Amino acid sequence: MLEGLLIGLQTAFSIQNLLMVIAGCLIGTFIGMLPGLGPMSIIAIMIPVAISMGDPSAALILLAGVYYGAIFGGSTSSILLNAPGVAGTVASSFDGYPMARQGKAGKALTIAAIASFAGGTLGAVLLMVFAPALSSVALLFHSAEYFALMVVGLSAIAAFAGSGQVAKAVIMTVLGLIMATVGEGALFNLPRFTMGIMDLQSGFGFITLAMAMFALPEALFLVLKPKDLKGDDGEIKDLRITKEEAKAIAPVVGRQSVQGFFIGVLPGAGATIASFLGYAVERNIAPKEEQEEFGKGSIKGLAAPETANNAACTGSFVPLLTLGIPGSGTTAILLGALIALNVTPGPRLMLDEPQIFWAVIMSMFIGNLVLLILNLPLIPYIAKVLSVPRNYLIPFILFFTLMGAYIGQNNATELLILVGFGVCATALKFADYPLAPLLIGFILGGMMEDNFARSMQLYDGIGFIWERPMTLGLLVIAALLVLLPSYRARRARARAAGIADGD
Amino acid sequence: MTTIKLGRRALIAAVAAIGLTGPTLAEDQVVDSIHFLIPGGAGGGWDGTARGTGEALTNAGLVGTASYENMSGGGGGKAIGFLIENADSNHGTLMVNSTPIVIRSLTGVFPHNFRDLTLVSGTIGDYAAIVVGKDSPINSMDDLLAAFDADPSATAIGGGSVPGGMDHLVAAMVMEAAGKDALGVKYIPYDAGGKAMAALLSGEIAALSTGFSEAVDLSNAGEVKIIGVTSEERVDAAPDAMTMKEQGIDTTFVNWRGFFAAPGLPEDKLAAYQDAIAKMYDTPEWEEVRARNGWVNIHNSGADFQTFLEQQEQQIGDLMKKLGFL
Repeated sequence: MLEGLLIGLQTAFSIQNLLMVIAGCLIGTFIGMLPGLGPMSIIAIMIPVAISMGDPSAALILLAGVYYGAIFGGSTSSILLNAPGVAGTVASSFDGYPMARQGKAGKALTIAAIASFAGGTLGAVLLMVFAPALSSVALLFHSAEYFALMVVGLSAIAAFAGSGQVAKAVIMTVLGLIMATVGEGALFNLPRFTMGIMDLQSGFGFITLAMAMFALPEALFLVLKPKDLKGDDGEIKDLRITKEEAKAIAPVVGRQSVQGFFIGVLPGAGATIASFLGYAVERNIAPKEEQEEFGKGSIKGLAAPETANNAACTGSFVPLLTLGIPGSGTTAILLGALIALNVTPGPRLMLDEPQIFWAVIMSMFIGNLVLLILNLPLIPYIAKVLSVPRNYLIPFILFFTLMGAYIGQNNATELLILVGFGVCATALKFADYPLAPLLIGFILGGMMEDNFARSMQLYDGIGFIWERPMTLGLLVIAALLVLLPSYRARRARARAAGIADGD
Repeated sequence: MTTIKLGRRALIAAVAAIGLTGPTLAEDQVVDSIHFLIPGGAGGGWDGTARGTGEALTNAGLVGTASYENMSGGGGGKAIGFLIENADSNHGTLMVNSTPIVIRSLTGVFPHNFRDLTLVSGTIGDYAAIVVGKDSPINSMDDLLAAFDADPSATAIGGGSVPGGMDHLVAAMVMEAAGKDALGVKYIPYDAGGKAMAALLSGEIAALSTGFSEAVDLSNAGEVKIIGVTSEERVDAAPDAMTMKEQGIDTTFVNWRGFFAAPGLPEDKLAAYQDAIAKMYDTPEWEEVRARNGWVNIHNSGADFQTFLEQQEQQIGDLMKKLGFL
């Protein structure tokens, strides 16, 4: 591990990679601040840039920098405008915006910056401890276990999709799975569902799909549904926080770093759930008089979601780097980018290409430091970007999206697919369907089929399900993840109808 | 008309002159420019071959300028179709391709085959190898065959290609030559080298069929043992690795890479391309590119290339029929 740390430090501290971290954080912060553009859109736009660099470490460092930069930037617009740029920072506006209204915008931004820094840094420490441990277990995994693991991942999407969204999330996941079957399959060396179109022979392009799901709809959404945002144009001053305030948020930061990290590790959860849960937990355990403060500008209420969402971002790298399985839409995009760079994330990553693994972790520390430095003294100036008119921004996004889909493949058909799916995705977005499950389904679908086909071949049938205890165990967990929410919903209905609980 | 004739004669004369004066004048330009058509995306094996060859040719001064175009789609079929449909306007284009053009034509993935194109030259190649994990009790092909005889179903061989693809065919070819039932070989496909390695080390598969240069890298890293190579003689890069032939398995296989041009390419142009490529092998610029990528020089020009491809088509076609892929 020490050796790995040194390799990571060496790689991360090269001039090129340091520039990548700084560039990634800056780009992420700027765009993350703009309401409507989440980390997934930004990363989708940045993928072609990252891939054309050719160096997987640098590419992943850049994209990871963009990711936590975006979460960071999103909190700024949550606090100043009550218009979160990113879903993961919605909870930050609960107490951040009231603070800004009370003229304490500077203090709110400082608390957000410090909480994010602490959450991100502690998360990276936990990643450093847990990823190698998980990785060594995963080395024993056969195709059967990978298949079961992917079933768990897919079930988790449904379980975490939130109330009222479950059906929609399931539909989108299934749609993603269906789209993954286009092209040559693993078992049969023949094209399927290509309708005779040669360009579909190797399936839908991942980058094209990611752009069509996350970049194009965001831009079209901004055009079709313009929101007029007016911030309180007050000066941002007095960034200092007092010693008492620091003491008050310290335990919150500590708890939420750990909780946020583990929520991030779970497939299907992520920064958004971590931040809401973090807010709710801190509110519940706070003393009575402080509970009153929540929602009216409590510093604890701001520190909790800010810590949790950054820790969760880091946590979501655990399944990506150790198992090669994306737990969220953002890590799904990162996985696609890595595969395009000829790197297969998974338990072998740490052995085959330790410099990538450790450099990414090291760059997280550097990135968090960069963001802290960036946010503390410079934030009043950076916040000016919020007044950039949309009509300059939207063509810029459209240009990068279309260029990005074309460059890698030099195939004009990709553009048609991009625009076609982009329009469909925009319609789905208007109907409030989540798009991330589709992309996760698409990515997991292909891998799931491959692993299933291999297991079937190795065991001459589906015997692997009961012959391999680990596979069986994982599939039972998957079943529980699907059944538990509906059981709880039924119990809640029963309770509402006046039936007493057994216990 | 006369000017064209003159041009052609002058070119042939120039070519002949360079050929006679030998490698000292190798920096004399043979072709003005080449446009490389790459049937896959950036970063793949085809991409590396085209760009590496172009780099060596231009740096050595044999070719004035080189340009590159990636045209992915249809497993390479789109680029082949493009070159055939637009043959007249593509006399300055060379398309890179490799063993899959033979396999994929046989399976009918695309409607054309190598006979529809002008064969320029096979340039490099890679042998195939069978490897096992470093802690495996298997140390030779004999051990592997014994394990296969004992329990064919538990002796799965993995590879990085689809069933019926190159790695599968190599594994089947070797088993067939060893007198076993090629159909009884349980072949497990993986979509990437890293995943196949993980499977080998976790014990999911008993052996792995892979490219020789990749096998050498893994063996140098101490992760695998190479138990058989499909070359005629032992290769310098891994002098300890036994060939299949040494172990009584009479089979050889080369995964070649080479260049094709549009159908109906004028003779003089073809000769110029072939000449430029033939001269490239003696240049230090090529040696640098070759060594960097670990390629093996396997040069088959013109008619030799045709014979080689037909032989390979026959060999692979027979095997695929036996395996039920045709």
